[in-house]
Amino acid sequence: MDLEQLKDTAEREIAASDDVRALDEVRVRFLGKKGQLTQQLKQLGKLPADQRPVAGQQINLAKKILAELIDTRRNQLESVELHSRLKAEAVDVTQPARGEQPGGLHPVTRTMQRIEAIFNGAGFAVHTGPEIENDEFNFGALNFPDNHPARAMHDTFYLKGGMLLRTHTSPVQIRAMQAHGTPIKLIAPGRVYRCDSDQTHTPMFHQVEGLLVDKEISFANLKAVLHDFAERFFERKVRLRFRPSYFPFTEPSAEVDVEWQNGGWLEILGCGMVHPQVLKNVGVDPDEYTGYAFGMGVERLAMLRYGVDDLRLFFENDLRFLRQFN
Amino acid sequence: MNISEQWLREWVDPDTDAEGLAHQLTMAGLEVESIEPVAAEFSKVLVGKVLSVERHPDADKLTLCQVDAGTGETLQIICGAPNVYKDMKAAVALVGARLAEGSKIRAARIRGVQSQGMLCSARELGLGDDHDGVLDLDPSAPVGASFREWMSLDDRVIKFDLTPNRGDCFCVAGVARDVAAINRLPLNEPDISDVPDQNKTVFPVEVVAKDACPSFSSRVVSGIRPDARTPMWMCEKLRRSGLRPIHPVVDVTNFVMLELGQPLHAFDLDIVTGGIRVRYAKKNEKLTLLDGREISLDTDVVLVADHKRPLAIAGIMGGENSGVTEQTRNVLFEAAYWSPMALAGRARRFGLHTDASLRFERGVDPWLQQKAIHRATALLIDIAGGEPGPLSTECSSKHMPARDPIMLRAQRIDRLLGVEIAPDEVAAILSGLGMLLNDEDGGWIVTPPGHRFDIAIEEDLIEEVARIYGYDRIPEKPPRTVMHMPEVTESRVAESRIRSVMIERGYQEAMTYSFISTDLDRQFAGDGKQAELINPISEELAVMRRSLWPGLLEAAKNNLSRQQERVRLFEIGMRYYSQDIDFKEVNTLSGVVSGNRLPEQWASAAKSVDLFDIKGDLEAVLRPTGNISSLSYRAEENPVLRPGQSARALMDGEPIGWLGALHPQIVQQMDTDRDTWLFEVDIDAAFAAKIPEFQGISRYPSIRRDISILVAESVSVAEIQATVRQAAGELLSDLLIFDIYRGTGVDSGLKSVALGLILQDYSRTLTDTDGDAVVQAVVGQLHKSHQANLRER
Repeated sequence: MDLEQLKDTAEREIAASDDVRALDEVRVRFLGKKGQLTQQLKQLGKLPADQRPVAGQQINLAKKILAELIDTRRNQLESVELHSRLKAEAVDVTQPARGEQPGGLHPVTRTMQRIEAIFNGAGFAVHTGPEIENDEFNFGALNFPDNHPARAMHDTFYLKGGMLLRTHTSPVQIRAMQAHGTPIKLIAPGRVYRCDSDQTHTPMFHQVEGLLVDKEISFANLKAVLHDFAERFFERKVRLRFRPSYFPFTEPSAEVDVEWQNGGWLEILGCGMVHPQVLKNVGVDPDEYTGYAFGMGVERLAMLRYGVDDLRLFFENDLRFLRQFN
Repeated sequence: MNISEQWLREWVDPDTDAEGLAHQLTMAGLEVESIEPVAAEFSKVLVGKVLSVERHPDADKLTLCQVDAGTGETLQIICGAPNVYKDMKAAVALVGARLAEGSKIRAARIRGVQSQGMLCSARELGLGDDHDGVLDLDPSAPVGASFREWMSLDDRVIKFDLTPNRGDCFCVAGVARDVAAINRLPLNEPDISDVPDQNKTVFPVEVVAKDACPSFSSRVVSGIRPDARTPMWMCEKLRRSGLRPIHPVVDVTNFVMLELGQPLHAFDLDIVTGGIRVRYAKKNEKLTLLDGREISLDTDVVLVADHKRPLAIAGIMGGENSGVTEQTRNVLFEAAYWSPMALAGRARRFGLHTDASLRFERGVDPWLQQKAIHRATALLIDIAGGEPGPLSTECSSKHMPARDPIMLRAQRIDRLLGVEIAPDEVAAILSGLGMLLNDEDGGWIVTPPGHRFDIAIEEDLIEEVARIYGYDRIPEKPPRTVMHMPEVTESRVAESRIRSVMIERGYQEAMTYSFISTDLDRQFAGDGKQAELINPISEELAVMRRSLWPGLLEAAKNNLSRQQERVRLFEIGMRYYSQDIDFKEVNTLSGVVSGNRLPEQWASAAKSVDLFDIKGDLEAVLRPTGNISSLSYRAEENPVLRPGQSARALMDGEPIGWLGALHPQIVQQMDTDRDTWLFEVDIDAAFAAKIPEFQGISRYPSIRRDISILVAESVSVAEIQATVRQAAGELLSDLLIFDIYRGTGVDSGLKSVALGLILQDYSRTLTDTDGDAVVQAVVGQLHKSHQANLRER
């Protein structure tokens, strides 16, 4: 066979190979050690010397062309094979994910962590105190006289032996001022207890107390900090309303309402200027220092923030409720 | 407390509607809960006069009334009520009238007789529940007048939620004083002048308990008409304030209380023996109250008694036997000032909460009693006639409360409120509230009025100024104060981090009550001393918990019963221990797990949770301590955990908590068939964190040698690990347990443990010889210590 015929035959066979193995056989047959083109090169010696260089050149050129054709064809075939393998191995990407599903924080914790983060950012340090308190810290030092009707507002759980379950986080004010003196700037989150259980009361709930005592602290400052807080907490512009109220440990005292979408006012917290007697009780001169204090119900804020309509849900631990906050 | 808007406006009438008034009051600290109409809507009801009453010809219980309602014709109305009489004035619903309940009056024939309207009962007019008879109007009611207008029914009830410091506002006068101050209006007090005595009848009064009763006024009114009726206007004022008319004498005392704030009591003078004696009760002295209950008294309870027996608990409630009745002709009015301290808590002790106790506990004006008695006397004489005797008062001036003047500094107002209020405005506000002011350098000397028990110090006055000035007029000013940077400790793992890890491990945070039942607590925490509540909500919430498990188990059980197949809950909260005189609170992380290892899914077979899953969770949460290598476990018995599948966890050899399966007996007792796993860790003990200390990283490769040993079941993996570590020495950088096998090929009583030793040096590349030497030492020591042998392949 002359070279041109051989090349045509090879080209046809290369094109006709439909998988890599067949292509490889073609390669061996034409370009292998005993391949037909290799044979032709070996037979060059039989040609007259003056024809050898030209013939050699032609054979080598044919070999090079064929090798390139084989490479190209191989790439084609490999690509097709890869595609078909990938196609065969395709998965249904919509099948569900594997493994554990994370749980979530209790909505009260979630709310409390946000409150803490907001106040931490403004330099209020977190303080804590015991839940089993004595009468003095829970009432006496906070200027609740014995038998005063204000005590009746706090339905108190008493323990055998004379201690009680704190009815608010305010005792932490006293403990912190006793331990650290003034100036002081704190928040105190935690569980509190009142002997009351119905649709709108649970015997245990959570409060966050706030206290700032320094040399030039006024009611105007209190209004500013709480307005700031409310806007950070609800993440929108809000209107607040400060209403005169009564707590034995603040004077003046206020309750704070936030204006709701429907135009109504909803109470969110109580606050006031620290009563001078409270400062005196911890050895602080009320003529030198003034301060403000506030206390907010965490469940109440969580209910407003998330639209929860029944306080009791927070302590029923129903996964169908809890998972809504994940 | 409820007040009629019209009554309030008789005293002070600002130019604003009811809503505006409510807003003013709320913003001044007298919180208005609601405003409600005093009567429902109704129309075409006129005042009528019953001209004649005849039996219905065909019905025994019906009467045929001829009624003049001023319409120009006489109306024939059939009436079923028994109390209708000739000349009665009644509310007549004309044909076409709409009544409170929504019904419409039509002309009708009843048993063949025409009826042109209806005589109304209180209920039909939305004035009360009374449906027994036709509303019997005052004889003075003008025939033909609109009943609604004549009764002034276009009135509203303002309902207050008063704070405990504002006892002075439990009356129209009190609220009116604030309204007047807010609006800078004068108070139109009704004319309450002294009623002169008409005879010299005085009933003897002796006040023994002078500390409790600094002032006691009394007056005899003799010869009242027993058939007198309380006038409609007074009944309505009482009703709109939430009280029922009872008897003219009682109604008068109630009226004066609602008007002026002074509770009064009236005795039937003919039942009282000898004289009045105000004294402390004797131990176990008995008194039957107006409500029929007999109570046993103690020596700190103050009584109004006569010479034979107690008549009333002072300031709280009268006794059954001395009250006025329909036969009463001679009345003794009593009005006292009771010291709030002498009354505090007593009403509560007897489970009583009366209009009187409410006011006295918060403080009634100590100088109001005589005025109140004059007012009551005038009203009673007007209604029921009678002759008043002299008003007599027993007053112990040294026991009267002191009204000390208070210094108010203008500069202190600015400093505390953060706003400058003009001195004129301050003075006007305080004078408007009835305070006496004397100018003083830099401020005022202020004497509060008798009814303001709550005003004792400068700050109280500043609050008064602020609330009338308006909290909303005080600007917002950011405070200037020292900035403290927060502590951000690394030596403890933050609770927020603990929570995050638990959440990532698939746990949902729960919150359970800190109190549980006594028995459950005992079952889970043993016999130690409990922190017991004196007044628990229920038996189920009687002691402070010493374990979080009971609460979490209950939550898990409830969820399982709500078709939740897989429950993983954790809680962070206190456990409470009663010590000798004190209590200890231990912050605790606790968890409960029920159901499979993973949520049900296509990609992995369902496998039950076992102890090693719980260990995995525990180690994950403890990992941030950086001290996990100090964590160890000890098989130990816990009465609520399953023996053989529970352990105590220790950190640096100190116990930090428990983990394991709930004891099958308790599983059964809880009425579930689910395996349940628990853990509980003392947060203070377990979560101290190590600050990382950098160690150099070896530049040389590590080599690994695996060995498989056969060892008795009784030898724990922890023991094997300890032996290997000790025998391998410093070259051992890590030790893996990659297989534990029991079964075919391994004799019973033995287990095969496959160990991977990772060896590395910091100064050179280890050779096979190094590896062989370590393996030889380890195998030799394992055999020596535990009779372990290399497993033949």
